[in-house]
Amino acid sequence: MAATSTEQPAPAPALRGPAARPGSRLLHRWVWLRLSLLLSGPLAWMLLVYVVALAALLITSLWSVDSLSSQIDHAWTLDNFRTLLENEVYRKVAFRTVAVALTVTVVDVAIALPIAFYMAKVASPRARRMLVVAVLTPLWASYLVKVFAWRVVLSEGGLADWTHLGSPGYGLTAVILTQSYIWLPYVILPIFAALERVPDSLLEAAGDLGAPTGMVLRSIVLPLLVPGIVAGAIFSFSLTMGDYITVNIVGGANQMLGNLIFINAGAANNLPLAAAIAMIPIVVMLVLLTAIRRTGALENL
Amino acid sequence: MKNTIRRGRVAAACLTLLSVSVLSACGSGDDDKKTEAVEKLGKTEGKVSILAWPGYVEDGSNDPEVDWVTPFEKETGCEVTSKVYGTSDEALNLAKSGEYDVIAASGDLSLRLIASDEAQEINTDLVPNYANVYDFLKDTEWNSVDGKNYGVPHGYGANLLMFNKSNFAEPPTSWSAVFDKAELERNKGKVTAYDSPIYIADAALYLMKHQPELKIENPYALDQTQLDAAVALLKEQRQYVGEYWSDYLKEVQAFETGDSVVGTTWQVIKNSIENKDVDVTLPTEGATAWNDTWMLSSQAKSPNCAYKWMDYILSPEANAQATEYFGEAPNSPEACAKTTDPNHCDTFHAGDEEYAQQLWFWRTPIEKCLDGRTDVQCTNYAQWTEAWTEIKG
Repeated sequence: MAATSTEQPAPAPALRGPAARPGSRLLHRWVWLRLSLLLSGPLAWMLLVYVVALAALLITSLWSVDSLSSQIDHAWTLDNFRTLLENEVYRKVAFRTVAVALTVTVVDVAIALPIAFYMAKVASPRARRMLVVAVLTPLWASYLVKVFAWRVVLSEGGLADWTHLGSPGYGLTAVILTQSYIWLPYVILPIFAALERVPDSLLEAAGDLGAPTGMVLRSIVLPLLVPGIVAGAIFSFSLTMGDYITVNIVGGANQMLGNLIFINAGAANNLPLAAAIAMIPIVVMLVLLTAIRRTGALENL
Repeated sequence: MKNTIRRGRVAAACLTLLSVSVLSACGSGDDDKKTEAVEKLGKTEGKVSILAWPGYVEDGSNDPEVDWVTPFEKETGCEVTSKVYGTSDEALNLAKSGEYDVIAASGDLSLRLIASDEAQEINTDLVPNYANVYDFLKDTEWNSVDGKNYGVPHGYGANLLMFNKSNFAEPPTSWSAVFDKAELERNKGKVTAYDSPIYIADAALYLMKHQPELKIENPYALDQTQLDAAVALLKEQRQYVGEYWSDYLKEVQAFETGDSVVGTTWQVIKNSIENKDVDVTLPTEGATAWNDTWMLSSQAKSPNCAYKWMDYILSPEANAQATEYFGEAPNSPEACAKTTDPNHCDTFHAGDEEYAQQLWFWRTPIEKCLDGRTDVQCTNYAQWTEAWTEIKG
């Protein structure tokens, strides 16, 4: 019995041994090789998707376009950036876009905070599940359908007109309303997740020690919430910055950065100028993220 | 720490080099373009893909009554796939993809297609129905270059003035309804305009009649001063504009609900609006207009079916159906005889050369002035595009 048991497993390593063993031995010995093999796939993907795409964008923005044939001229020039700096309209549109994005973010955070608080701390587990589903449901409907629905609501004689408040009509107010509606779930969810992680015992302890509600919220809940709020705010801000469809549909005669990019890339065939304009939201986001990183909010994400 | 930064820099430099080489490699793949005309036709390929304005290639899917594609497919065995575009700029972009065999192009697009080698010279002998076409539509400056023909005429029509009767005491007869301050004031926020740089020509046409001191001879040949005047007029109009339209369905909806009450339009849009108060007119100043030609892509994969399509759509039956549905003048007297409304050709002044001269057909503005002036440099389309961004603000 003992003899068979020692003999039997022997052929198995002999079958796969010579091929696999030196390999695994090598991987075992060389840590960096193991690591690079493991990470090369995702890293290559990330480089391709982010870094190369961004580099391509930057390079494209340094080219120019022939006005009649729309053929791209590959000579390097800073003309596009000069246009952006010298022409007042780009500054105005960039400012308008940032302003709209900020407003949408503020509105969304203001709406999301109480909803998320109720979901995480007040509602019963059953109601909480229902609320999560309710928050997520709008995400299942197409973006376009929702925006066109808002167009119908805000149109003359539409739903907004039936209320005695009246309709704001098409314009920036309509854009802010629609965008706030569309990005709201993306703001509620991170705040809800952050709030759920705040232990109830912490709140109870604060209450036992005699802290009034305002103080509990201010000095315990809010600091723990900051990462969630920041995450939600980044979502709503960056998504609004890059959007052009909503402005096109309910924005009236207004345009935002996304429209300028769309017109130049999709219609006027001026890809280099479009790439240069696309640099504006990227720079704004970089500045914003650096500023947020300075505050330390990103470390808790 | 320093080491990683340096390594990062090296990596970034490598990536930049890599992307430059990839991008420049992509830009040089234009060798498969064919720009000379074919001598004779071969066997049909069984399919053809068409890029056209809305309403040009109807196969009954929008309205079962409106279908001239199915008879073509039965007759030739070429299965049609089509894509609708909203503006000439968009069409140029789509045409460059090389996915389309035939393109219906207006005058502001055709020359750009030819200039960028996207169009193929057409052997009109292979298009028998070309013989019927009105002579004044043939070999125009927007479908031929250097004596070579690049397009067969489809039809033409005007950019009309649309208005909602209930907002006007008297139906407007002049473009003042959208350019004159006093008239605009009454419809503040409910004015609409075509969302394309080519709309600058509409303002130039208005200035041509109302400010003769600017000496505009041709709304597509504007020197810097004239362009500035048109831009100023449009910036003033901007304050009264509710929204600009390029998607024609958006304009249909805006006029149905009353969000827009006056603005420029096409007959086909008016035809889609059920509101009885909405009407159109050709203003006394004349109008900008389109004159469309079917062009053959230099990257066409199915040139034989493409020739079959061009011949078919030029035939009196098909041309009558397509132009009547869109609301424009057909391209031949034979087609006029086939329209369901016997007055159609009178309404649209088909074949009336004098009337056609009232219309300013779209053309691409270029530096060499189209009106023949040689003492100044005219503004080109890129400048118009930039000006249009500025106008919208």
